[in-house]
Amino acid sequence: MRNRIAMLPALLLVTLALVLPTWAGVAEVPAPGFTLQSSDGKPVSLAQFKGDVVMINFWASWCGPCRQEMPLLNDIYKQYEAMGFTLLGVNVEPHASAANAWLKKTPVSYPILYDPNSQVSQLYQVQAMPTTVIIDRKGIVRFVHSGYLPGDENQYMNSIRALIVQ
Amino acid sequence: MRLLAALCLAGVPALAGVLPEDRVDVLYHRYQGGGITVQGPSILVQKRIGDHFAVTANYYQDMISSASIDVLLSASPYKETRTQKSGGVEYLHGKTTYSAGLINSVEPDYKANTSYYSVSQDMFGDLTTVTLSYSRGWDQIYRDIKVNGVIVNDPTFHQRADHRVYGLSISQILTRNMIGTLNYQFSSDQGYLASPYRLIRYVDPNNPVGYSLAPQVYPNTRTMDALSTSLKYYLPYRAALTGKYRYFTDSWGIIAHTLQVDYLQPIWHHWTLDGNVRYYRQGAASFYSDLFPYANYSNYMARDRELAAFHSITLGFEASYAFSIPRASWIQKSSATLSFDRMMINYLDYRNALYSKFDPGVIKAGEEPLYTLDASIFQAYVSLWF
Amino acid sequence: MSTRTVRTVALLLAAALLALVSGCAPIEPWVKPYEREHLADPIMALDRNPVSSTYLDHVFETREGARGATGAVGGGCGCN
Repeated sequence: MRNRIAMLPALLLVTLALVLPTWAGVAEVPAPGFTLQSSDGKPVSLAQFKGDVVMINFWASWCGPCRQEMPLLNDIYKQYEAMGFTLLGVNVEPHASAANAWLKKTPVSYPILYDPNSQVSQLYQVQAMPTTVIIDRKGIVRFVHSGYLPGDENQYMNSIRALIVQ
Repeated sequence: MRLLAALCLAGVPALAGVLPEDRVDVLYHRYQGGGITVQGPSILVQKRIGDHFAVTANYYQDMISSASIDVLLSASPYKETRTQKSGGVEYLHGKTTYSAGLINSVEPDYKANTSYYSVSQDMFGDLTTVTLSYSRGWDQIYRDIKVNGVIVNDPTFHQRADHRVYGLSISQILTRNMIGTLNYQFSSDQGYLASPYRLIRYVDPNNPVGYSLAPQVYPNTRTMDALSTSLKYYLPYRAALTGKYRYFTDSWGIIAHTLQVDYLQPIWHHWTLDGNVRYYRQGAASFYSDLFPYANYSNYMARDRELAAFHSITLGFEASYAFSIPRASWIQKSSATLSFDRMMINYLDYRNALYSKFDPGVIKAGEEPLYTLDASIFQAYVSLWF
Repeated sequence: MSTRTVRTVALLLAAALLALVSGCAPIEPWVKPYEREHLADPIMALDRNPVSSTYLDHVFETREGARGATGAVGGGCGCN
């Protein structure tokens, strides 16, 4: 009896090890259009930025890796803005108060948009927090990244550099 | 004096997919009840190393001063210290967290070493976390005797006990506001599982107190099954309500139910208050009796109240205050917590034998009042996140 | 409930898990990653203060016959 019980965890372990992360996303498709309120109070549309390389970062103030990533995204924005690059920070929280409080402490210079009804999150099939999407000058989604680990910003910059010259 | 090893899986649980936060907790604990006082520190450190590793370490002490009912019946009050050190490491790879660690517990008459391992996996869009765990314990049991006024280990007494624990846990996010868990644990103990100090009593008309004492005899194996479930709900005004139930059964015939309800309320910006009620009910082990009818009544005999039939209610209250330390920006968050629990146990078949011991003839053996135990548990701790 | 019943329930649980995990039609997560605000709140952590919960578990284990199945991990923000 004890051996049978012992085998079960081993069996489960092997099965678990074989579970590969599923991958689904919006890569290589035209980026879905949207219009959201921005922190300036004015509505902002994705269509405004046709011709630019656009990076959309889905974030929330309750998400640790999101908060960790944003100052680095700010640096990327400042570095590439002049070359026809835009970064849109889409906040997914139903109420803006926590997000605004955090932005006050840690401000960023790129536009912040609010998606309280998860309309754009659903459009872009957001699978994890944070999610970063990079769209080329023709409006095609070319890069999707789920999550954030230190060092990922290098992947973003590689992608941006490749798309900026097109 | 230890009845059973302190086989606590002090392994810090892994949040599959995210490493635990960096934190330090310094705790002072104090248990007082039934003639026993146990107090001491517990220091817990958790630290990430790089992006994939985290380490944890704990230093814990029980300073015991015991004049309990068992001690007063057949021994003399004693003081001793148990020290427990543990260390573990966690490795995060994608959605899987692996952890392993060691626990070492030392007191004058009991040395226990435990190793533990677990694998935790996030699934189904991170809604489900499955954890498999295994731990193995090796105990060395001695017996304290007094030689020329000094307490030493009895050189003729050295026993061993082994423990194996297998666990399967599933946590499931049910809604935006609710998470449920299901836990199963199978344990197997082998070896010397009794206490070298505790005795049983049997009816003996030749004895003025009406009974005589004899050594207890325990089986040398024990298998246990525990199945528990919990539900945690986020209340819209920002509070958390938790309900837990556990069913336990073992090869010694014990069946136990545990039910716990917990309410957590953050209040006034910095404070968090927690109130909880725990109900526990246990049926006696098959070889337990408060008073055996005659000597050598059965192969196995025990009078340990931990194996008796009883029910208990524990009421707990905790207040936590979050504060900031202005000059230390590397400390993200800090809090101070005070916690108080009152545990009230009513034994259904364990009697206070001190009555017949100290009043022989007046109160007959087997007719002493049932024992009740009220204990106060106090904790004070400071937590720092960095 | 006997030991056999408990073990059967546990085995069924494990079997169901295996079946789900070994590639039946993938289940769409019904709580999206961007809807986990409440679950990510520290008050919803399954074990907020491990130093204290470990101690209390020890206090009860020492005085009771039952042990184990006291905790699980999971929940939280589900980030990364």
